[in-house]
Amino acid sequence: MSTVLVKTYAPPPFCEREILRYAGCKGTDETLSALLQACLDEVKDKLVYKVCYIELPVRITDGLCDFSAFSVRSKHLAKNLRGTERAIVFAATVGVEIDRLIAKYGRLAPSKALLMQAIGAERIEALCDAFCADMEGETRGRLKPRFSAGYGDLPLEAQREIIALLDCAKKIGVCLNESLLMSPSKSVTAFVGIDDNGGTVYEANGRKCAACDKNDCDFRREI
Amino acid sequence: MSFSDFLKTNTVYLDGGMGTLLQERGLKAGEQPERWNITHAQAIVEIHKAYFDAGSNVVCTNTFGANALKFSEAELDEIVKAALTNAKRAREQSVSPQEKFIALDIGPSGKLLRPYGDLDFEDAVSLFAKTVKLGVQYGAELILIETMNDSYETKAALLAAKENCELPVLVSNAYGEDGKLMTGATPAAMVAMLEGMGAAAIGANCSLGPKQLRGVAEELLANASVPVILKPNAGLPKAVDGKTTFDVTAEEFAEELVALMEKGVRLVGGCCGTTPKYIRTLTQRTKGFAPLLVTDKNLTVVSSYTHAVAFGASPVLIGERINPTGKKRFKQALKEGDIDYILSEGVSQQEKGAHILDVNVGLPDIDEPQTLQTVVCELQAVVDLPLQIDTSDAAAMERALRRYNGKAMINSVSGKKESMEAVLPLVKKYGGVVVALTLDEDGIPENAEGRVAIAEKILQAAARYGIAKKDIVFDTLAMAISADTKAAQTTLTALNRIKKELGCHTSLGVSNISFGLPCRDAVNATFFALALENGLSAAIMNPYSAEMTKTYRTYKALKNLDENCAEYIGAAASFAVAETVSQATAQAVQEDFRSELGRAIVKGFKDKTGALTKALLKSTPPLAVVNDEIIPALDRVGEGFEKKTVYLPQLLMSAEAAKNAFEEIKAHMAISGGGAAKKAAFVIATVQGDIHDIGKNIVKLLLENYGFDVVDLGKDVPPERVVEATVCRRAPLVGLSALMTTTVPAMEETIRLLRSRAPWCKIVVGGAVLTQEYADRIGADFYAKDAMETVRYAERMTE
Repeated sequence: MSTVLVKTYAPPPFCEREILRYAGCKGTDETLSALLQACLDEVKDKLVYKVCYIELPVRITDGLCDFSAFSVRSKHLAKNLRGTERAIVFAATVGVEIDRLIAKYGRLAPSKALLMQAIGAERIEALCDAFCADMEGETRGRLKPRFSAGYGDLPLEAQREIIALLDCAKKIGVCLNESLLMSPSKSVTAFVGIDDNGGTVYEANGRKCAACDKNDCDFRREI
Repeated sequence: MSFSDFLKTNTVYLDGGMGTLLQERGLKAGEQPERWNITHAQAIVEIHKAYFDAGSNVVCTNTFGANALKFSEAELDEIVKAALTNAKRAREQSVSPQEKFIALDIGPSGKLLRPYGDLDFEDAVSLFAKTVKLGVQYGAELILIETMNDSYETKAALLAAKENCELPVLVSNAYGEDGKLMTGATPAAMVAMLEGMGAAAIGANCSLGPKQLRGVAEELLANASVPVILKPNAGLPKAVDGKTTFDVTAEEFAEELVALMEKGVRLVGGCCGTTPKYIRTLTQRTKGFAPLLVTDKNLTVVSSYTHAVAFGASPVLIGERINPTGKKRFKQALKEGDIDYILSEGVSQQEKGAHILDVNVGLPDIDEPQTLQTVVCELQAVVDLPLQIDTSDAAAMERALRRYNGKAMINSVSGKKESMEAVLPLVKKYGGVVVALTLDEDGIPENAEGRVAIAEKILQAAARYGIAKKDIVFDTLAMAISADTKAAQTTLTALNRIKKELGCHTSLGVSNISFGLPCRDAVNATFFALALENGLSAAIMNPYSAEMTKTYRTYKALKNLDENCAEYIGAAASFAVAETVSQATAQAVQEDFRSELGRAIVKGFKDKTGALTKALLKSTPPLAVVNDEIIPALDRVGEGFEKKTVYLPQLLMSAEAAKNAFEEIKAHMAISGGGAAKKAAFVIATVQGDIHDIGKNIVKLLLENYGFDVVDLGKDVPPERVVEATVCRRAPLVGLSALMTTTVPAMEETIRLLRSRAPWCKIVVGGAVLTQEYADRIGADFYAKDAMETVRYAERMTE
């Protein structure tokens, strides 16, 4: 398959615990919960859940990951994709409205901006999880953990090729700015290896942190 | 025959998809299809010819992504030239008999415009202008702007086309499943803006199949007074055995389109997945089809970047609070460049039910064009209501209209020759609904006849500029009855006659009527009711006025404009709740503060602190309120944050509660004279290339709470601007924020420049990627890991 396809998802269930984690809270109280609820009510119907993706063959030689349409040099990605012969490259976004809300409250009520930002982070992660779970069914293979530009030695510059390859601006409205940031900001691009030889079942939140060696991260999950 | 003539009476068959056909011929994912105009010219000619052979009247050049962001100027020139040559060659080769035209195709730039992305509006206009000029030079006969998913970028492209050629411009947007553009605009909003700017036809293409676009097409048809375009995909793409297929067949596609042609769609074609077969099936099925002629919908409508507001059915409320006249606090905000204060006025008016916001920033010693542009852009980042650009400075009006995302209301033009010559060309160029004041060189006529005569004069002048009656709303000028007791009657009679005899909509600045009288609200509200009964379409009013709101709600209920009186009943709850907030207690709080204010700040009850402060100020001097109540409360929360017993959102809620308290203190001092003594100036910015500003805004909020004179330069700020502001204010402190590793070099450059040109200042850095080590390496004075650390450092440095 060499076509970029687009999928739109129904909103995945919200996880308030995750949102609070992204907001830097290890607990909550009545006022904070009420504020979060108000933010959730405001944001609920304003998001989209869109993904565009392509399945590509993978050939790894000496740290070079060759996807035939393009290739990148990254030892860490090569390690991540080891043992796979195909991979999905995807871009996902929850749309521009969350940026509007973050910008609005950034000016008027930073506490809400912070929560909106956390909601956006939780939403885009939830969308990526929903997409990967869906793909696991569709590709009839086990999916490796997602790997994005900027992880390990995979340079952020790879974003240019990923965004162009997926025709992101047209397919789902995701653009890249001069600093290689995506707009809308709550967007993700990633490689996901498809392991046709079994492996573990795709776990939404479970192994994300365990697989990362940045042990001093404020957001690290305590499993 | 020219395309414009052809469009008048015929169905226009456009072409179908290009991308899918190129992929079949070997175009790879990620490859630029526009280069194929040169490298695979024959393939492009064949595709164009196949569409002409299938019956297309218009073939669009293979220039969707041909812009100066993707190609060098030399290559762009070559591509556009080759693209038009290919299309012309196809036309020469095709022997089918229909009329044939060639459209320069323009797709999105591939970048998102500010404030969500980093492409500036004017840069987008210049970008599109380059492609337009080349298209004209190489012989395009019309322009198709297509697949735009952002209203602002659509405006930039249409403006570029209008400023650089006389060709008819068709504009088509990509709507999502929700029937809106990605950035939120409804079809009605797009019609308002695009028709206002002179698009020859307006429509929808791409993203969905014909069935899913039906609702969008119907909304376009209901609102547009120009022909409607529909160019859907062949349904959704699917991968079957390694090949892309689409799920709508040529027959199904034609059937859906015919149904919509019968409803009035006048330009039909296909987008992704459609092929010459789809177009042939469609042209054959509709041979001899008699197209519906376009009718003028005669709608008076303004729009924002999300929605349209129409005049007529229900009275329109225009919030008047963004205006410095008679408002000391507002004047102070304008002079200090305190945009946030202005934004909060906008948001509160929206919450109070305003449909449109009047924006006036006229002050004698202010750069009005620049300020108006800034305020309009900033407002459009946080409020989705249409705006009324209110200025007597034509330069300011043009700057604001140009940047405005939507179709604005314009306040105002009068019957004076000079005014009409300055304002009407702007209305024509940028679109808009203009408020026309019934006065001229001889002043305001004392009787209704005189005012109606001026209205007629303005209509005639507008017609000469090509501005339709529907885009003019008359203001028959409410004058103080305290000066002339006949004044209200004259205004109402003129209003009524203009509505009935001229068939135009009307607007009034209602509150002028009560000038010089006590208890003005009562007079205003009754006059408002009378005016509504005389046909008033819109009122410029104070949305905070309970009397006006009551009148509005009651009027709607009485006039059968409020189903089941639901709105009235909903609003009635707030009629009863008068100023009881000041009695609100925070008894649940066990904190040992002397006053409720302190407790409310600790608990982050921001709705209460304003009223509590106001009450406290009656008996306590402002400085004591700050030093004995607010600051100790903030300190308490700050300490909790440092000990990790209070989390960041809670710290911020307290800070916002304190901000509301400070706002009352500022207002109190603005009236009683003398400003609050501020501590040192603190220049703050997110560095160039970085658009994340939550962290910076948090620091700003806390610094302001602690009395610093924060100069907020915003995000994506070039080093020179940081230096300029620091030098200009001789600020002892500068705070820089960066979130991305890619933008840390910009931070380093800013520090370097500051060291050479503002060597006195101390520089604090912060942001997700920063560490102590990083901060040392780039030469910062202090690394603050959070907002409280910045506050503590700033206090130490300025003690």
